[in-house]
Amino acid sequence: MLPILDGLFNGISIGSVLLIAALGLAIVFGLMGVINLAHGELMMLGGYGTFVVQNVFKELGEPWFNLYIFFAIPVAFIVAALMGLILERSVIRFLYGRPLETLLATWGVSLILQQFVRSVNWVMVIGMGVFCLLFFGAMFFLRRLRIGNWALWLMGWLSLGIAIVSGILIGKTGQEALTKAWFSARNVDVTAPEWLRGGVPLGNFQLPYARLFIIGLTIIAVVGIYWFLNASDWGLRIRSVTQNRTMSSCLGIPTAQVDALTFALGSGLAGIAGCAITLLGSVGPNTGQNYIVDTFMVVVVGGVGNLLGTIVAAMAIGILSYLIGSGTLAVLLVQVEPLKPLADMFLFFATTSMAKVLIFALIIAFLQVKPAGIFPQKGRTVEL
Amino acid sequence: MTKGLGRRKFLVYGSAGLGSSLLLKALTGKSATATNNLFIAQNGDTIKVGILHSLSGTMAISENTVVEAEKLAIKEINAAGGVLGKQIEAVVEDGASDWPTFAEKAEKLIDQDQVVTVFGCWTSASRKAVKDVFESKNHMLWYPVQYEGQECSKNIFYTGAAPNQQIEPAVDWLLANKGKQFFLVGSDYVFPRTANTIIKEQLKVKGGQTVGEDYLPLGNTEVTPIITKIKVAMPSGGVIFNSLNGDSNVAFFKQLQGAGLTPDKYPVMSVSIAEEEVKQIGKDFLVGHYAAWNYFQTVDTPANQKWVADFKAEYGADRVTNDPMEAAYIMVYLWKQAVEKAGTSQDLEAVRQAAVGQTFDAPEGLVTMKPNHHIAKTVRIGQVRDDGLFNIVWSTEGPVDPLPWNQYVPETKGFACDWTDPNKGEKYKM
Amino acid sequence: MKSQSIKKRQLLIEAGIVGAIALLFAFLLPAFMSAFRLKLLGRFLSLAIVALGIDLIWGYTGLLSLGHGIFFALGGYALAMHLTLQLPDGELPEFFSLYGVSELPWVWQPFYSFPITILAIIIVPSIVAGLLGYLVFRNRIKGVYFSIITQASLLVFYNFFNGQQKLINGTNGLKTSTQNIFGVEAGSEPAQVAFYQVTILLLILTYCLCRWLTSGRFGRLLVAIRDDEVRVRFSGYNPTWFKVVVFAISGGIAGVAGALYTVQTGIITPSIMEVAFSIEMVIWVAVGGRGTLIGAIIGTLLVGFARSLLSEKFPEVWLFFQGALFLIVVTVLPNGIVGWWREEGVNMVRSLFGLRQEVVTYPSIDEAPEVQKEREEIGS
Repeated sequence: MLPILDGLFNGISIGSVLLIAALGLAIVFGLMGVINLAHGELMMLGGYGTFVVQNVFKELGEPWFNLYIFFAIPVAFIVAALMGLILERSVIRFLYGRPLETLLATWGVSLILQQFVRSVNWVMVIGMGVFCLLFFGAMFFLRRLRIGNWALWLMGWLSLGIAIVSGILIGKTGQEALTKAWFSARNVDVTAPEWLRGGVPLGNFQLPYARLFIIGLTIIAVVGIYWFLNASDWGLRIRSVTQNRTMSSCLGIPTAQVDALTFALGSGLAGIAGCAITLLGSVGPNTGQNYIVDTFMVVVVGGVGNLLGTIVAAMAIGILSYLIGSGTLAVLLVQVEPLKPLADMFLFFATTSMAKVLIFALIIAFLQVKPAGIFPQKGRTVEL
Repeated sequence: MTKGLGRRKFLVYGSAGLGSSLLLKALTGKSATATNNLFIAQNGDTIKVGILHSLSGTMAISENTVVEAEKLAIKEINAAGGVLGKQIEAVVEDGASDWPTFAEKAEKLIDQDQVVTVFGCWTSASRKAVKDVFESKNHMLWYPVQYEGQECSKNIFYTGAAPNQQIEPAVDWLLANKGKQFFLVGSDYVFPRTANTIIKEQLKVKGGQTVGEDYLPLGNTEVTPIITKIKVAMPSGGVIFNSLNGDSNVAFFKQLQGAGLTPDKYPVMSVSIAEEEVKQIGKDFLVGHYAAWNYFQTVDTPANQKWVADFKAEYGADRVTNDPMEAAYIMVYLWKQAVEKAGTSQDLEAVRQAAVGQTFDAPEGLVTMKPNHHIAKTVRIGQVRDDGLFNIVWSTEGPVDPLPWNQYVPETKGFACDWTDPNKGEKYKM
Repeated sequence: MKSQSIKKRQLLIEAGIVGAIALLFAFLLPAFMSAFRLKLLGRFLSLAIVALGIDLIWGYTGLLSLGHGIFFALGGYALAMHLTLQLPDGELPEFFSLYGVSELPWVWQPFYSFPITILAIIIVPSIVAGLLGYLVFRNRIKGVYFSIITQASLLVFYNFFNGQQKLINGTNGLKTSTQNIFGVEAGSEPAQVAFYQVTILLLILTYCLCRWLTSGRFGRLLVAIRDDEVRVRFSGYNPTWFKVVVFAISGGIAGVAGALYTVQTGIITPSIMEVAFSIEMVIWVAVGGRGTLIGAIIGTLLVGFARSLLSEKFPEVWLFFQGALFLIVVTVLPNGIVGWWREEGVNMVRSLFGLRQEVVTYPSIDEAPEVQKEREEIGS
């Protein structure tokens, strides 16, 4: 009995990581039909946010350090949500109705974010500040003067030039504090507080506190989102836009604001996920890349516009990949004589790499039965 | 002979090519000095060497440290008067963590930049990718990282450990001190798989037992299934032999601790974790676990104290030194000594012959270049202590001779390599 | 009748231009460029072939595949396996002995023969693409879903190839540069020049194939599927089969490109199936201009050389640049360079030389100030 319990727990804990990572993606995809390839990088930003909070609390000393994770979660949420908001306002809103282009644009953003955390330093931040000040300042005035697009272009290049030159000049002063990269390309270490490091002993096994914490966090996040979508005014608007954008717009719902809010919310959830995964894995420029494809699969299997589908999909994929990857399934099947060949097959796939191959094959097979996910959206349209 | 080799390609296209090649040489020569004027002497009379590592991509994190060590050595040599009275000029190229790019950049260094030797590579895959280039052009590569062996190229000098200088002593030590049951964990690529093949054979011979093995795709951070396998295979404790690379290590140690697998019952012996990695994983997760290397920052030799001090003065007091960096540092000096003995940097055949037998008082202790182009090194086992450095718990009496062809694997048992004897060469039966 | 002869003449002119450029590339450039740059160019030209394949399915049919690395790698592996088997009788490729394999796996057997290898380079990727396409399109999965599924299958193939040490040498991949092809070492100078010329030949053949496919009835159907698949279905066509066929063709093209790329790189490893590389393929097409075949080629060459230039000098800037390229192409230049040129560039040059702008309708109406003003008001 115990091994089955342990298996279930482990499966659920893998699933909950997938779920918390996929939650934001699913909401954004459901509402706007946009797949955000930079989602992983937003998680990474959440992880870096956690790193910064951890370092601040390290300075504060022992009693505070143990509590840093509770401060890191909102910080990670805010950092990622802000980034998401900027992303939506500056790029994605121009691309609605063109989901494939959005896909490419967000990939571009993810590359930029990766390199950004590698090489960000004070000089770069100052340069960016100068550029924003000049460009948006100029835009503000040019708007009033009603001067054409060419002036905007000119100002853009001009401010870029000034920003780069001033950046170089500051860099030339040789202040190491200014030119030193904040994080560099190396992974940064995020160490969980003391009380999250052990586990609950359970017979021969141990349930890690970190896993329990993540499961709890996921439950809170899911409940919070459910509450937000079902009980708040903005949630109502989000749901109505998800169901019928044109009609909602006609009824006076500000769809542009709804989009921006939803995207920020989804990004913020990515930030929380990023904070959670610092308990399990590394934080570095490539962190995001490790999660994206898995979370996409959750969204694809779960279907659009229904959070329940996402939850079921995440748990199913989590439990299955645990059972296959750890060889538990093979061991269970081997005891039943007629299923021997099946057990041999599962044994072949009982390594982490090969489990991925099998899971993917199962997903494709599943999509043959239910092409639009577990809970497809109902509607009277020929489009599936 | 070798001097003309690099230019031979220019003659291929006949007279029309000649004019363009001159133009091209002028252009490339100019651009090389313009962009890579790292260590140019005032008089402009320099010896060009290539540095070929990943400066971007996933491997950049590790390889950048090696580049720093190589640059430090070159800087020191130049400050002390250079080689044969000439300053060394380093042409740095980026392999971008992409193996074909490594091959491409190796060709560029040899043909376009006309370097006399190349220091480079980290992963086995990148070394294998450039090996052909160096062999077909009969050029010279110095390779600083421990690797899986089963290779012995005339054109490569290996200053990292062969398996019998790292993995095999580690396994012996574990058998004697920590237990007979081994679980092997590795990243899913060549080094861990080959290393584990060797370990399995060795355990068979020495009376140990391999109770399981698993491989994680590079970058994978979900290790729960593996931890379950370990617990099922060794319910009352045993040795975990870890050859994971990169991000997976972080996940592995964090989740190992969460699952309650502590170093006293489940000691982990790692062969890819050095001081730099300890810093990135977080030392709290590693305290008490083991690593096998030839060099630790805590090695107590005067040469090491000086080197660590020099390195920190150059790159910052918060930095640490590690085994691959040390190997990268000493290989520049070994090359310098070989060039000085040969009296020329251009005649690669002479340099190659002069390199064999060179000794150097390295931070890890005395090292000697052997006829099989690997170096004899001291083997050490360290335990991670509270400050993130290693407490050296065991070391060999003196340098161990390298054996590139593994003596536990049946296919290569009884073979050796000797480049000083034309009758023996890459692989001969002992 | 008359329009047909004009069409014929245009086709002839186009063929002439293509042929001239090809001759220039094939024979003149090798004399001028260094071997290093030439090899680079050859590699980019083989990448241009896969870009043509992507243009076919993305630019014309509207299917964004993020998994073309699979087909590229399959083609590359097929040829690399053939080259690896160029050994004296009874000997096994070297890496097998490292992993204790003493018998040639059955997968390798057919690759002893050169004709079968050539067939495999085209057919194996086509079949894999066709199968994947069938399973996906059958259920009317499309758009972003399709992209994600291709990306996931890419990851699966990557994992699989990485893990199969005993079968295809895992991460280390297969090397081709020291193997012999027709008795010549594949990495040697003459062989490389020959590969370069073969690449140009195949690029032209692929171009002609794509041109032929897209100009006729089939091509118009593809565009129709891109623009409104439902209507195509209602018109009595079954878009599934058209999509499967075009995806398979695109896969086959990628296979050819992969094979050519492999022999010119000297090595093929699973890293060719990394997620980033396959997305990069799409950006080549996007930069050049999707839906224009020539754009795919131009885009590949431009981005390729920009990459080798920038990443040589400033490895740090390259990712920023590449990211910005993605953003610019989808926001400012949705039709790529060629698209921009056709829409605006031509007129811009014309006005630069004081020539009258090319207008499609009646110039007197189109250039009338009232009409212009009205247009601006509607536009804003």
